[in-house]
Amino acid sequence: MAQTIAMEAAVDRAALFEFLLGMGDNTLVLGHRLSEWCGHAPALEEDIALANTALDLIGQTQLWLGLAGEVEGNGRNADELAFLRDAREFRNLLLAERPNGDYGRTLMRQFLFDAWHYLALKGLRASSDPRIAAIAEKTSKEVAYHLERSRDLVIRLGDGTAESHARMKKALDELWSYTGEMFVNEAHDAALAAAGLAPEPESLKPEWNTLVAETLCAATLGKPQDGYMHRGGKRGLHTEHLGYVLAEMQFLQRAYPGASW
Amino acid sequence: MYAQMVKTDAPRIKSRSEMDPRERAFQERIDAGQKIEPKEWMPEGYRRTLIRQISQHAHSEIVGQLPEGNWITRAPTLERKAILLAKVQDEAGHGLYLYCAAETLGVSRDALYDQLHSGKAKYSSIFNYPTLTWADIGAIGWLVDGAAIMNQVPLQRCSYGPYARAMVRICKEESFHQRQGYDILMKMVKGTTAQKAMVQDALDRWWWPSLMMFGPSDDASVHSAQSMAWKIKQNSNDELRQKFVDQTVPQAEYLGLTVPDPDLTWNEEKGGYDFGEPDWNEFFEVIAGNGPCNAERLGARRQAWDDGAWFRDGLTAHAEKATARRARSVAAE
Repeated sequence: MAQTIAMEAAVDRAALFEFLLGMGDNTLVLGHRLSEWCGHAPALEEDIALANTALDLIGQTQLWLGLAGEVEGNGRNADELAFLRDAREFRNLLLAERPNGDYGRTLMRQFLFDAWHYLALKGLRASSDPRIAAIAEKTSKEVAYHLERSRDLVIRLGDGTAESHARMKKALDELWSYTGEMFVNEAHDAALAAAGLAPEPESLKPEWNTLVAETLCAATLGKPQDGYMHRGGKRGLHTEHLGYVLAEMQFLQRAYPGASW
Repeated sequence: MYAQMVKTDAPRIKSRSEMDPRERAFQERIDAGQKIEPKEWMPEGYRRTLIRQISQHAHSEIVGQLPEGNWITRAPTLERKAILLAKVQDEAGHGLYLYCAAETLGVSRDALYDQLHSGKAKYSSIFNYPTLTWADIGAIGWLVDGAAIMNQVPLQRCSYGPYARAMVRICKEESFHQRQGYDILMKMVKGTTAQKAMVQDALDRWWWPSLMMFGPSDDASVHSAQSMAWKIKQNSNDELRQKFVDQTVPQAEYLGLTVPDPDLTWNEEKGGYDFGEPDWNEFFEVIAGNGPCNAERLGARRQAWDDGAWFRDGLTAHAEKATARRARSVAAE
Protein backbone atom coordinates (compact mmCIF):
# COMPACT_ATOMS: atom_id res chain seq x y z
CA MET A 1 0.00 0.00 0.00
CA ALA A 2 2.77 2.40 0.98
CA GLN A 3 4.48 1.56 -2.29
CA THR A 4 1.29 2.33 -4.22
CA ILE A 5 0.85 5.67 -2.54
CA ALA A 6 4.47 6.57 -3.21
CA MET A 7 4.03 5.73 -6.87
CA GLU A 8 0.92 7.78 -7.14
CA ALA A 9 2.77 10.69 -5.67
CA ALA A 10 5.61 10.29 -8.15
CA VAL A 11 3.26 10.31 -11.11
CA ASP A 12 0.60 12.91 -11.44
CA ARG A 13 -2.52 11.30 -10.03
CA ALA A 14 -4.55 13.00 -12.76
CA ALA A 15 -2.41 11.34 -15.44
CA LEU A 16 -3.05 7.91 -13.99
CA PHE A 17 -6.76 8.69 -13.73
CA GLU A 18 -6.84 9.69 -17.42
CA PHE A 19 -5.07 6.50 -18.41
CA LEU A 20 -7.48 4.29 -16.43
CA LEU A 21 -10.46 6.13 -17.89
CA GLY A 22 -9.05 5.36 -21.33
CA MET A 23 -8.90 1.63 -20.58
CA GLY A 24 -12.41 1.55 -19.08
CA ASP A 25 -14.00 3.79 -21.70
CA ASN A 26 -12.65 1.63 -24.53
CA THR A 27 -14.22 -1.50 -23.07
CA LEU A 28 -17.45 0.30 -22.14
CA VAL A 29 -18.04 1.88 -25.54
CA LEU A 30 -17.03 -1.18 -27.53
CA GLY A 31 -19.12 -3.39 -25.23
CA HIS A 32 -22.05 -1.09 -25.96
CA ARG A 33 -21.54 -1.35 -29.71
CA LEU A 34 -21.42 -5.16 -29.56
CA SER A 35 -24.58 -5.21 -27.45
CA GLU A 36 -26.41 -3.44 -30.26
CA TRP A 37 -26.12 -6.68 -32.26
CA CYS A 38 -28.10 -8.70 -29.73
CA GLY A 39 -30.53 -10.95 -31.61
CA HIS A 40 -29.47 -9.60 -35.02
CA ALA A 41 -26.24 -11.50 -35.73
CA PRO A 42 -25.90 -13.67 -38.88
CA ALA A 43 -25.83 -16.97 -36.96
CA LEU A 44 -26.94 -18.08 -33.50
CA GLU A 45 -23.35 -18.95 -32.59
CA GLU A 46 -22.37 -15.35 -33.41
CA ASP A 47 -25.14 -13.94 -31.19
CA ILE A 48 -23.75 -16.02 -28.36
CA ALA A 49 -20.14 -15.07 -29.05
CA LEU A 50 -20.90 -11.35 -29.30
CA ALA A 51 -22.91 -11.33 -26.09
CA ASN A 52 -20.06 -13.18 -24.43
CA THR A 53 -17.46 -10.70 -25.67
CA ALA A 54 -19.65 -7.74 -24.67
CA LEU A 55 -20.08 -9.31 -21.25
CA ASP A 56 -16.29 -9.62 -20.84
CA LEU A 57 -15.84 -6.01 -21.88
CA ILE A 58 -18.48 -4.70 -19.47
CA GLY A 59 -16.89 -6.73 -16.67
CA GLN A 60 -13.51 -5.22 -17.55
CA THR A 61 -15.10 -1.76 -17.50
CA GLN A 62 -16.16 -2.33 -13.89
CA LEU A 63 -12.54 -3.09 -12.98
CA TRP A 64 -10.88 -0.22 -14.84
CA LEU A 65 -13.41 2.45 -13.96
CA GLY A 66 -13.57 1.16 -10.39
CA LEU A 67 -9.83 1.68 -10.07
CA ALA A 68 -10.08 5.04 -11.85
CA GLY A 69 -12.57 6.22 -9.23
CA GLU A 70 -10.29 5.00 -6.45
CA VAL A 71 -7.28 6.80 -7.92
CA GLU A 72 -9.27 9.99 -8.48
CA GLY A 73 -10.22 9.98 -4.81
CA ASN A 74 -13.41 12.00 -5.15
CA GLY A 75 -15.71 9.15 -4.17
CA ARG A 76 -16.94 8.43 -7.70
CA ASN A 77 -17.54 4.74 -8.40
CA ALA A 78 -17.49 2.90 -11.73
CA ASP A 79 -21.20 3.51 -12.36
CA GLU A 80 -20.92 7.23 -11.74
CA LEU A 81 -18.00 7.43 -14.13
CA ALA A 82 -19.83 5.41 -16.79
CA PHE A 83 -23.24 7.02 -16.55
CA LEU A 84 -22.66 10.58 -15.39
CA ARG A 85 -19.81 11.89 -17.55
CA ASP A 86 -20.46 13.70 -20.80
CA ALA A 87 -18.79 12.93 -24.11
CA ARG A 88 -15.95 15.44 -23.71
CA GLU A 89 -14.81 13.61 -20.58
CA PHE A 90 -14.63 10.21 -22.31
CA ARG A 91 -11.16 8.94 -23.19
CA ASN A 92 -11.87 5.98 -25.48
CA LEU A 93 -10.26 5.50 -28.88
CA LEU A 94 -12.35 6.74 -31.81
CA LEU A 95 -12.17 3.22 -33.23
CA ALA A 96 -14.30 1.88 -30.36
CA GLU A 97 -17.17 4.26 -31.09
CA ARG A 98 -17.28 3.65 -34.87
CA PRO A 99 -20.80 2.46 -35.78
CA ASN A 100 -21.26 -1.27 -36.30
CA GLY A 101 -21.97 -1.15 -40.03
CA ASP A 102 -22.33 -4.63 -41.53
CA TYR A 103 -21.08 -7.68 -39.65
CA GLY A 104 -17.80 -7.49 -41.55
CA ARG A 105 -17.10 -4.00 -40.26
CA THR A 106 -17.96 -5.08 -36.71
CA LEU A 107 -15.53 -8.00 -36.95
CA MET A 108 -12.75 -5.94 -38.53
CA ARG A 109 -13.12 -3.24 -35.86
CA GLN A 110 -12.96 -5.99 -33.24
CA PHE A 111 -9.82 -7.52 -34.69
CA LEU A 112 -7.95 -4.21 -35.01
CA PHE A 113 -8.93 -3.34 -31.45
CA ASP A 114 -8.28 -6.82 -29.99
CA ALA A 115 -4.76 -6.88 -31.43
CA TRP A 116 -4.00 -3.58 -29.68
CA HIS A 117 -5.87 -4.54 -26.52
CA TYR A 118 -4.01 -7.82 -26.22
CA LEU A 119 -0.61 -6.16 -26.55
CA ALA A 120 -1.52 -3.31 -24.22
CA LEU A 121 -2.61 -5.75 -21.52
CA LYS A 122 0.50 -7.85 -22.03
CA GLY A 123 2.54 -4.77 -21.21
CA LEU A 124 0.30 -3.83 -18.28
CA ARG A 125 0.79 -7.20 -16.63
CA ALA A 126 4.25 -5.90 -15.75
CA SER A 127 2.91 -2.61 -14.37
CA SER A 128 4.62 -1.30 -11.26
CA ASP A 129 1.14 -0.73 -9.79
CA PRO A 130 -0.02 -4.15 -8.53
CA ARG A 131 -3.67 -3.13 -8.97
CA ILE A 132 -3.14 -2.49 -12.67
CA ALA A 133 -1.06 -5.64 -13.06
CA ALA A 134 -3.81 -7.71 -11.43
CA ILE A 135 -6.53 -6.35 -13.73
CA ALA A 136 -4.30 -6.88 -16.76
CA GLU A 137 -3.55 -10.43 -15.67
CA LYS A 138 -7.22 -11.30 -15.32
CA THR A 139 -8.49 -9.54 -18.44
CA SER A 140 -5.69 -10.57 -20.78
CA LYS A 141 -6.93 -14.17 -20.65
CA GLU A 142 -10.33 -13.02 -21.92
CA VAL A 143 -8.81 -10.75 -24.52
CA ALA A 144 -6.48 -13.49 -25.82
CA TYR A 145 -9.64 -15.38 -26.68
CA HIS A 146 -11.29 -12.32 -28.27
CA LEU A 147 -8.24 -11.92 -30.48
CA GLU A 148 -8.13 -15.58 -31.41
CA ARG A 149 -11.76 -15.42 -32.49
CA SER A 150 -11.73 -12.12 -34.37
CA ARG A 151 -8.43 -12.96 -36.09
CA ASP A 152 -9.77 -16.32 -37.21
CA LEU A 153 -12.95 -14.80 -38.63
CA VAL A 154 -11.06 -12.03 -40.45
CA ILE A 155 -8.90 -14.68 -42.12
CA ARG A 156 -11.80 -16.92 -43.04
CA LEU A 157 -13.98 -14.13 -44.42
CA GLY A 158 -11.10 -12.40 -46.23
CA ASP A 159 -10.30 -15.70 -47.88
CA GLY A 160 -13.92 -16.76 -48.38
CA THR A 161 -16.17 -15.71 -51.26
CA ALA A 162 -15.61 -12.72 -53.54
CA GLU A 163 -18.33 -10.91 -51.62
CA SER A 164 -16.98 -11.65 -48.15
CA HIS A 165 -13.52 -10.60 -49.36
CA ALA A 166 -14.88 -7.33 -50.76
CA ARG A 167 -16.79 -6.57 -47.57
CA MET A 168 -13.78 -7.22 -45.35
CA LYS A 169 -11.55 -5.13 -47.61
CA LYS A 170 -14.02 -2.25 -47.51
CA ALA A 171 -14.27 -2.52 -43.72
CA LEU A 172 -10.48 -2.47 -43.42
CA ASP A 173 -10.16 0.58 -45.65
CA GLU A 174 -12.87 2.42 -43.74
CA LEU A 175 -11.37 1.68 -40.33
CA TRP A 176 -7.66 1.93 -41.03
CA SER A 177 -7.42 5.68 -40.43
CA TYR A 178 -8.73 5.08 -36.90
CA THR A 179 -5.86 2.76 -35.93
CA GLY A 180 -3.09 5.35 -35.69
CA GLU A 181 -4.51 6.87 -32.53
CA MET A 182 -3.73 3.70 -30.58
CA PHE A 183 0.01 4.44 -30.85
CA VAL A 184 0.11 8.19 -30.30
CA ASN A 185 1.74 9.29 -27.07
CA GLU A 186 -0.30 11.85 -25.20
CA ALA A 187 1.18 14.39 -22.77
CA HIS A 188 1.10 12.12 -19.72
CA ASP A 189 2.20 8.87 -21.38
CA ALA A 190 5.95 9.35 -21.01
CA ALA A 191 5.63 9.94 -17.27
CA LEU A 192 3.46 6.83 -16.85
CA ALA A 193 6.00 4.78 -18.76
CA ALA A 194 8.92 6.22 -16.80
CA ALA A 195 7.19 5.19 -13.55
CA GLY A 196 6.73 1.69 -14.98
CA LEU A 197 2.95 2.02 -14.74
CA ALA A 198 2.06 1.48 -18.40
CA PRO A 199 3.93 0.91 -21.66
CA GLU A 200 4.20 3.89 -23.97
CA PRO A 201 1.56 3.63 -26.70
CA GLU A 202 4.10 3.98 -29.50
CA SER A 203 6.09 1.05 -28.10
CA LEU A 204 3.21 -1.31 -28.99
CA LYS A 205 3.26 -0.42 -32.66
CA PRO A 206 5.92 -2.80 -34.08
CA GLU A 207 4.34 -5.90 -32.59
CA TRP A 208 0.84 -4.77 -33.59
CA ASN A 209 2.05 -4.12 -37.15
CA THR A 210 3.50 -7.62 -37.38
CA LEU A 211 0.44 -9.32 -35.94
CA VAL A 212 -1.95 -7.36 -38.15
CA ALA A 213 0.17 -7.74 -41.29
CA GLU A 214 0.40 -11.53 -40.81
CA THR A 215 -3.33 -11.83 -40.27
CA LEU A 216 -4.26 -9.62 -43.21
CA CYS A 217 -1.85 -11.55 -45.42
CA ALA A 218 -3.46 -14.87 -44.40
CA ALA A 219 -6.84 -13.23 -45.10
CA THR A 220 -5.59 -12.26 -48.61
CA LEU A 221 -6.50 -8.66 -47.78
CA GLY A 222 -3.12 -6.96 -47.55
CA LYS A 223 -2.24 -4.18 -45.15
CA PRO A 224 -3.31 -0.68 -46.25
CA GLN A 225 -0.73 2.10 -46.60
CA ASP A 226 -0.55 4.33 -43.54
CA GLY A 227 -2.06 7.67 -44.51
CA TYR A 228 -3.83 10.33 -42.54
CA MET A 229 -4.78 9.10 -39.08
CA HIS A 230 -7.69 10.48 -37.03
CA ARG A 231 -7.07 11.22 -33.39
CA GLY A 232 -8.64 13.00 -30.45
CA GLY A 233 -10.53 10.33 -28.51
CA LYS A 234 -7.86 9.98 -25.85
CA ARG A 235 -8.12 13.74 -25.26
CA GLY A 236 -11.92 13.77 -25.20
CA LEU A 237 -12.39 15.03 -28.75
CA HIS A 238 -14.78 12.48 -30.21
CA THR A 239 -16.85 11.91 -33.32
CA GLU A 240 -20.54 12.79 -33.36
CA HIS A 241 -21.38 9.13 -32.74
CA LEU A 242 -20.32 9.04 -29.09
CA GLY A 243 -23.01 11.52 -28.03
CA TYR A 244 -25.72 9.15 -29.23
CA VAL A 245 -24.09 6.15 -27.57
CA LEU A 246 -24.09 8.02 -24.27
CA ALA A 247 -27.61 9.42 -24.70
CA GLU A 248 -28.83 5.84 -24.91
CA MET A 249 -26.51 4.33 -22.32
CA GLN A 250 -27.06 7.03 -19.70
CA PHE A 251 -30.80 7.51 -20.22
CA LEU A 252 -32.08 6.04 -16.93
CA GLN A 253 -29.42 7.61 -14.73
CA ARG A 254 -30.05 11.00 -16.32
CA ALA A 255 -33.86 10.79 -16.38
CA TYR A 256 -34.13 9.63 -12.74
CA PRO A 257 -31.29 11.38 -10.90
CA GLY A 258 -30.30 9.75 -7.65
CA ALA A 259 -32.45 6.63 -8.07
CA SER A 260 -30.86 3.26 -7.30
CA TRP A 261 -31.35 0.33 -9.60
CA MET B 1 -44.84 -21.80 -21.75
CA TYR B 2 -42.66 -21.38 -24.78
CA ALA B 3 -44.63 -23.84 -26.91
CA GLN B 4 -48.36 -23.18 -27.22
CA MET B 5 -51.08 -25.21 -28.89
CA VAL B 6 -48.82 -27.79 -30.50
CA LYS B 7 -50.76 -29.93 -32.98
CA THR B 8 -50.25 -33.69 -33.14
CA ASP B 9 -51.86 -34.71 -36.49
CA ALA B 10 -54.14 -36.99 -34.43
CA PRO B 11 -57.83 -36.94 -35.35
CA ARG B 12 -58.32 -38.99 -32.17
CA ILE B 13 -56.25 -41.25 -29.95
CA LYS B 14 -55.87 -44.81 -31.15
CA SER B 15 -56.95 -47.59 -28.82
CA ARG B 16 -54.47 -50.41 -28.13
CA SER B 17 -56.34 -52.73 -30.48
CA GLU B 18 -56.05 -50.23 -33.36
CA MET B 19 -52.28 -49.95 -32.97
CA ASP B 20 -49.94 -52.07 -35.01
CA PRO B 21 -47.49 -54.17 -32.96
CA ARG B 22 -44.68 -51.60 -33.23
CA GLU B 23 -46.95 -48.78 -32.07
CA ARG B 24 -48.19 -50.91 -29.20
CA ALA B 25 -44.65 -51.78 -28.10
CA PHE B 26 -43.74 -48.09 -28.33
CA GLN B 27 -46.72 -47.02 -26.21
CA GLU B 28 -45.88 -49.68 -23.64
CA ARG B 29 -42.36 -48.34 -23.29
CA ILE B 30 -43.76 -44.83 -22.78
CA ASP B 31 -46.23 -46.09 -20.21
CA ALA B 32 -43.39 -47.85 -18.37
CA GLY B 33 -41.61 -44.49 -18.11
CA GLN B 34 -38.79 -45.39 -20.49
CA LYS B 35 -37.02 -42.69 -22.50
CA ILE B 36 -37.14 -42.76 -26.29
CA GLU B 37 -33.76 -42.07 -27.91
CA PRO B 38 -33.00 -40.60 -31.36
CA LYS B 39 -32.20 -43.68 -33.42
CA GLU B 40 -35.09 -45.76 -32.09
CA TRP B 41 -38.32 -46.40 -33.97
CA MET B 42 -41.12 -43.95 -33.20
CA PRO B 43 -44.52 -43.22 -34.75
CA GLU B 44 -44.35 -40.50 -37.38
CA GLY B 45 -46.91 -38.44 -35.45
CA TYR B 46 -44.72 -38.56 -32.31
CA ARG B 47 -41.70 -37.42 -34.30
CA ARG B 48 -43.58 -34.59 -36.01
CA THR B 49 -45.21 -33.40 -32.79
CA LEU B 50 -41.85 -33.26 -31.05
CA ILE B 51 -40.30 -31.35 -33.94
CA ARG B 52 -43.15 -28.82 -33.77
CA GLN B 53 -42.89 -28.43 -30.02
CA ILE B 54 -39.10 -28.33 -29.71
CA SER B 55 -38.69 -25.96 -32.65
CA GLN B 56 -41.42 -23.66 -31.35
CA HIS B 57 -39.58 -23.65 -28.05
CA ALA B 58 -36.25 -22.95 -29.78
CA HIS B 59 -37.74 -20.14 -31.89
CA SER B 60 -39.17 -18.61 -28.71
CA GLU B 61 -35.71 -18.54 -27.16
CA ILE B 62 -34.14 -16.71 -30.09
CA VAL B 63 -37.01 -14.30 -30.72
CA GLY B 64 -36.96 -13.74 -26.97
CA GLN B 65 -33.51 -12.16 -27.32
CA LEU B 66 -35.13 -9.15 -29.00
CA PRO B 67 -37.41 -7.68 -26.30
CA GLU B 68 -34.67 -8.07 -23.69
CA GLY B 69 -31.88 -7.01 -26.00
CA ASN B 70 -33.90 -3.84 -26.40
CA TRP B 71 -32.66 -2.74 -22.94
CA ILE B 72 -29.06 -3.97 -22.81
CA THR B 73 -27.71 -0.69 -24.16
CA ARG B 74 -29.91 1.23 -21.68
CA ALA B 75 -29.40 -0.89 -18.56
CA PRO B 76 -29.07 1.48 -15.58
CA THR B 77 -25.84 0.15 -14.03
CA LEU B 78 -22.82 -1.82 -15.22
CA GLU B 79 -23.83 -4.77 -13.05
CA ARG B 80 -27.40 -4.85 -14.40
CA LYS B 81 -26.00 -4.59 -17.92
CA ALA B 82 -23.65 -7.53 -17.34
CA ILE B 83 -26.46 -9.62 -15.80
CA LEU B 84 -28.79 -8.90 -18.72
CA LEU B 85 -26.08 -9.70 -21.26
CA ALA B 86 -25.41 -13.00 -19.52
CA LYS B 87 -29.12 -13.76 -19.47
CA VAL B 88 -29.66 -13.06 -23.14
CA GLN B 89 -26.59 -15.13 -23.92
CA ASP B 90 -28.14 -17.98 -21.93
CA GLU B 91 -31.37 -17.69 -23.95
CA ALA B 92 -29.46 -17.91 -27.21
CA GLY B 93 -27.65 -20.92 -25.77
CA HIS B 94 -31.01 -22.53 -24.96
CA GLY B 95 -32.05 -21.93 -28.56
CA LEU B 96 -28.91 -23.66 -29.79
CA TYR B 97 -29.40 -26.56 -27.41
CA LEU B 98 -33.02 -27.01 -28.49
CA TYR B 99 -32.28 -26.81 -32.22
CA CYS B 100 -29.72 -29.58 -31.63
CA ALA B 101 -32.39 -31.63 -29.84
CA ALA B 102 -34.74 -31.11 -32.80
CA GLU B 103 -31.98 -32.13 -35.22
CA THR B 104 -31.82 -35.55 -33.55
CA LEU B 105 -35.30 -36.08 -35.04
CA GLY B 106 -33.98 -35.68 -38.58
CA VAL B 107 -34.67 -32.03 -39.39
CA SER B 108 -32.00 -29.40 -40.05
CA ARG B 109 -31.70 -26.10 -38.23
CA ASP B 110 -31.86 -24.26 -41.55
CA ALA B 111 -35.17 -25.96 -42.38
CA LEU B 112 -36.55 -24.91 -39.01
CA TYR B 113 -35.40 -21.32 -39.60
CA ASP B 114 -37.21 -21.37 -42.94
CA GLN B 115 -40.40 -22.36 -41.15
CA LEU B 116 -39.96 -19.51 -38.67
CA HIS B 117 -39.17 -16.94 -41.35
CA SER B 118 -42.06 -17.99 -43.57
CA GLY B 119 -44.47 -17.69 -40.64
CA LYS B 120 -45.30 -21.40 -40.76
CA ALA B 121 -43.77 -22.12 -37.36
CA LYS B 122 -44.84 -20.12 -34.32
CA TYR B 123 -43.02 -18.84 -31.28
CA SER B 124 -44.47 -17.87 -27.90
CA SER B 125 -47.08 -15.10 -28.08
CA ILE B 126 -45.42 -13.30 -25.15
CA PHE B 127 -42.49 -12.03 -27.21
CA ASN B 128 -44.81 -9.96 -29.37
CA TYR B 129 -45.31 -7.51 -26.53
CA PRO B 130 -43.02 -4.48 -26.22
CA THR B 131 -40.51 -3.75 -23.43
CA LEU B 132 -41.31 -0.11 -22.72
CA THR B 133 -39.47 0.54 -19.45
CA TRP B 134 -36.64 -0.97 -17.43
CA ALA B 135 -39.24 -2.53 -15.10
CA ASP B 136 -40.34 -4.67 -18.04
CA ILE B 137 -36.97 -6.42 -17.91
CA GLY B 138 -37.66 -7.31 -14.28
CA ALA B 139 -41.22 -8.36 -15.11
CA ILE B 140 -40.06 -10.63 -17.94
CA GLY B 141 -37.61 -12.41 -15.64
CA TRP B 142 -40.17 -12.75 -12.87
CA LEU B 143 -43.34 -13.56 -14.84
CA VAL B 144 -42.28 -14.84 -18.26
CA ASP B 145 -39.39 -16.96 -17.04
CA GLY B 146 -41.57 -17.96 -14.09
CA ALA B 147 -44.29 -19.22 -16.43
CA ALA B 148 -41.69 -20.94 -18.60
CA ILE B 149 -40.28 -22.78 -15.59
CA MET B 150 -43.77 -23.90 -14.61
CA ASN B 151 -44.06 -25.58 -17.98
CA GLN B 152 -40.50 -26.80 -18.32
CA VAL B 153 -40.02 -28.49 -14.96
CA PRO B 154 -42.45 -31.30 -15.94
CA LEU B 155 -40.80 -31.44 -19.38
CA GLN B 156 -37.67 -32.73 -17.66
CA ARG B 157 -39.66 -35.95 -17.46
CA CYS B 158 -40.70 -35.85 -21.12
CA SER B 159 -40.52 -39.22 -22.88
CA TYR B 160 -38.04 -38.02 -25.51
CA GLY B 161 -34.53 -38.28 -24.02
CA PRO B 162 -32.73 -35.37 -25.72
CA TYR B 163 -35.56 -32.92 -24.98
CA ALA B 164 -35.86 -34.06 -21.36
CA ARG B 165 -32.11 -33.69 -20.82
CA ALA B 166 -32.03 -30.25 -22.46
CA MET B 167 -34.74 -29.18 -20.02
CA VAL B 168 -32.69 -30.13 -16.97
CA ARG B 169 -30.02 -27.63 -17.83
CA ILE B 170 -32.40 -24.99 -19.15
CA CYS B 171 -34.53 -25.09 -15.98
CA LYS B 172 -31.49 -24.41 -13.78
CA GLU B 173 -30.65 -21.30 -15.77
CA GLU B 174 -34.26 -20.15 -15.97
CA SER B 175 -34.72 -20.19 -12.22
CA PHE B 176 -31.60 -18.09 -11.91
CA HIS B 177 -33.10 -15.62 -14.43
CA GLN B 178 -36.36 -15.52 -12.51
CA ARG B 179 -34.58 -14.56 -9.31
CA GLN B 180 -32.62 -11.88 -11.15
CA GLY B 181 -35.84 -10.44 -12.59
CA TYR B 182 -37.46 -10.36 -9.18
CA ASP B 183 -34.36 -8.69 -7.77
CA ILE B 184 -34.67 -5.86 -10.33
CA LEU B 185 -38.22 -5.25 -9.14
CA MET B 186 -37.35 -5.54 -5.44
CA LYS B 187 -34.78 -2.81 -5.85
CA MET B 188 -37.24 -0.60 -7.73
CA VAL B 189 -40.15 -0.92 -5.31
CA LYS B 190 -37.82 0.18 -2.52
CA GLY B 191 -36.88 3.21 -4.62
CA THR B 192 -38.62 6.40 -5.68
CA THR B 193 -42.35 6.88 -6.35
CA ALA B 194 -41.62 6.96 -10.06
CA GLN B 195 -39.80 3.62 -9.85
CA LYS B 196 -42.65 2.01 -7.92
CA ALA B 197 -45.16 3.27 -10.46
CA MET B 198 -43.00 1.82 -13.24
CA VAL B 199 -43.12 -1.61 -11.59
CA GLN B 200 -46.91 -1.53 -11.13
CA ASP B 201 -47.31 -0.46 -14.76
CA ALA B 202 -45.13 -3.38 -15.87
CA LEU B 203 -47.25 -5.84 -13.88
CA ASP B 204 -50.42 -4.31 -15.32
CA ARG B 205 -49.16 -4.89 -18.87
CA TRP B 206 -47.46 -8.30 -18.42
CA TRP B 207 -49.89 -10.09 -16.10
CA TRP B 208 -52.50 -11.18 -18.66
CA PRO B 209 -50.06 -11.98 -21.48
CA SER B 210 -48.16 -14.14 -18.96
CA LEU B 211 -51.32 -16.11 -18.13
CA MET B 212 -51.91 -16.51 -21.87
CA MET B 213 -48.51 -18.17 -22.21
CA PHE B 214 -50.08 -21.42 -20.98
CA GLY B 215 -52.52 -21.39 -23.89
CA PRO B 216 -56.31 -21.66 -23.78
CA SER B 217 -57.99 -24.41 -21.80
CA ASP B 218 -57.11 -27.70 -23.47
CA ASP B 219 -59.20 -30.15 -21.45
CA ALA B 220 -61.19 -31.00 -24.59
CA SER B 221 -58.22 -30.92 -27.01
CA VAL B 222 -57.39 -34.17 -28.79
CA HIS B 223 -53.90 -32.81 -29.51
CA SER B 224 -53.22 -32.32 -25.81
CA ALA B 225 -54.63 -35.76 -24.98
CA GLN B 226 -52.35 -37.35 -27.58
CA SER B 227 -49.32 -35.37 -26.33
CA MET B 228 -50.12 -36.51 -22.81
CA ALA B 229 -50.48 -40.16 -23.89
CA TRP B 230 -47.03 -39.84 -25.45
CA LYS B 231 -45.72 -38.08 -22.32
CA ILE B 232 -44.59 -35.12 -24.35
CA LYS B 233 -46.93 -33.06 -22.21
CA GLN B 234 -47.56 -33.81 -18.54
CA ASN B 235 -50.13 -31.30 -17.30
CA SER B 236 -53.12 -29.49 -18.75
CA ASN B 237 -52.82 -25.78 -19.55
CA ASP B 238 -55.30 -24.91 -16.80
CA GLU B 239 -53.40 -26.90 -14.18
CA LEU B 240 -50.18 -25.07 -15.00
CA ARG B 241 -51.90 -21.68 -15.11
CA GLN B 242 -53.44 -22.31 -11.67
CA LYS B 243 -50.06 -23.28 -10.27
CA PHE B 244 -48.50 -20.15 -11.74
CA VAL B 245 -51.15 -17.85 -10.26
CA ASP B 246 -50.88 -19.54 -6.86
CA GLN B 247 -47.14 -19.08 -6.84
CA THR B 248 -47.04 -15.56 -8.26
CA VAL B 249 -49.78 -13.69 -6.37
CA PRO B 250 -47.96 -13.83 -3.00
CA GLN B 251 -44.79 -12.64 -4.74
CA ALA B 252 -46.71 -9.66 -6.14
CA GLU B 253 -48.05 -8.92 -2.66
CA TYR B 254 -44.53 -9.06 -1.22
CA LEU B 255 -43.53 -6.41 -3.75
CA GLY B 256 -46.52 -4.31 -2.64
CA LEU B 257 -48.17 -4.56 -6.06
CA THR B 258 -51.78 -4.98 -7.10
CA VAL B 259 -52.53 -7.80 -9.53
CA PRO B 260 -54.75 -6.28 -12.24
CA ASP B 261 -57.58 -8.78 -11.87
CA PRO B 262 -60.77 -7.71 -10.00
CA ASP B 263 -61.87 -11.36 -9.84
CA LEU B 264 -58.78 -12.56 -8.01
CA THR B 265 -59.73 -14.09 -4.63
CA TRP B 266 -58.33 -16.83 -2.42
CA ASN B 267 -60.48 -19.94 -2.49
CA GLU B 268 -60.00 -21.72 0.82
CA GLU B 269 -61.82 -24.82 -0.34
CA LYS B 270 -59.57 -25.54 -3.32
CA GLY B 271 -56.50 -24.14 -1.61
CA GLY B 272 -55.78 -21.84 -4.55
CA TYR B 273 -56.82 -18.59 -6.15
CA ASP B 274 -59.87 -18.00 -8.28
CA PHE B 275 -59.02 -15.60 -11.06
CA GLY B 276 -60.47 -13.98 -14.16
CA GLU B 277 -60.33 -15.21 -17.73
CA PRO B 278 -57.63 -13.74 -20.01
CA ASP B 279 -58.86 -12.02 -23.16
CA TRP B 280 -58.55 -14.94 -25.55
CA ASN B 281 -59.48 -12.78 -28.52
CA GLU B 282 -56.33 -10.81 -27.88
CA PHE B 283 -54.36 -14.07 -27.63
CA PHE B 284 -55.65 -15.36 -30.98
CA GLU B 285 -54.97 -12.00 -32.63
CA VAL B 286 -51.37 -12.10 -31.36
CA ILE B 287 -50.96 -15.70 -32.56
CA ALA B 288 -52.40 -14.64 -35.93
CA GLY B 289 -49.69 -12.00 -36.28
CA ASN B 290 -51.52 -8.92 -35.01
CA GLY B 291 -49.73 -8.38 -31.70
CA PRO B 292 -47.99 -5.05 -31.04
CA CYS B 293 -44.56 -6.34 -32.12
CA ASN B 294 -45.14 -9.36 -34.40
CA ALA B 295 -44.02 -7.54 -37.54
CA GLU B 296 -40.89 -6.11 -35.90
CA ARG B 297 -39.86 -9.36 -34.23
CA LEU B 298 -40.22 -11.55 -37.28
CA GLY B 299 -38.86 -8.79 -39.51
CA ALA B 300 -35.75 -8.52 -37.33
CA ARG B 301 -35.15 -12.26 -37.47
CA ARG B 302 -35.63 -12.40 -41.23
CA GLN B 303 -33.35 -9.45 -41.77
CA ALA B 304 -30.65 -10.91 -39.53
CA TRP B 305 -30.78 -14.11 -41.58
CA ASP B 306 -30.84 -12.42 -44.99
CA ASP B 307 -28.17 -9.85 -44.14
CA GLY B 308 -25.98 -12.61 -42.74
CA ALA B 309 -26.09 -14.84 -45.83
CA TRP B 310 -22.76 -13.48 -47.15
CA PHE B 311 -21.14 -14.21 -43.78
CA ARG B 312 -22.30 -17.83 -43.68
CA ASP B 313 -21.41 -18.33 -47.36
CA GLY B 314 -17.96 -16.85 -46.76
CA LEU B 315 -17.23 -19.27 -43.94
CA THR B 316 -18.45 -22.23 -46.00
CA ALA B 317 -16.32 -21.18 -48.97
CA HIS B 318 -13.26 -20.83 -46.75
CA ALA B 319 -13.83 -24.27 -45.25
CA GLU B 320 -14.04 -25.77 -48.74
CA LYS B 321 -10.86 -24.00 -49.82
CA ALA B 322 -9.04 -25.19 -46.71
CA THR B 323 -10.15 -28.78 -47.31
CA ALA B 324 -9.00 -28.61 -50.94
CA ARG B 325 -5.64 -27.15 -49.88
CA ARG B 326 -5.14 -29.94 -47.36
CA ALA B 327 -6.03 -32.55 -49.98
CA ARG B 328 -3.52 -31.02 -52.42
CA SER B 329 -0.76 -30.96 -49.84
CA VAL B 330 -1.42 -34.60 -48.89
CA ALA B 331 -1.37 -35.55 -52.59
CA ALA B 332 1.94 -33.73 -53.07
CA GLU B 333 3.66 -35.63 -50.26
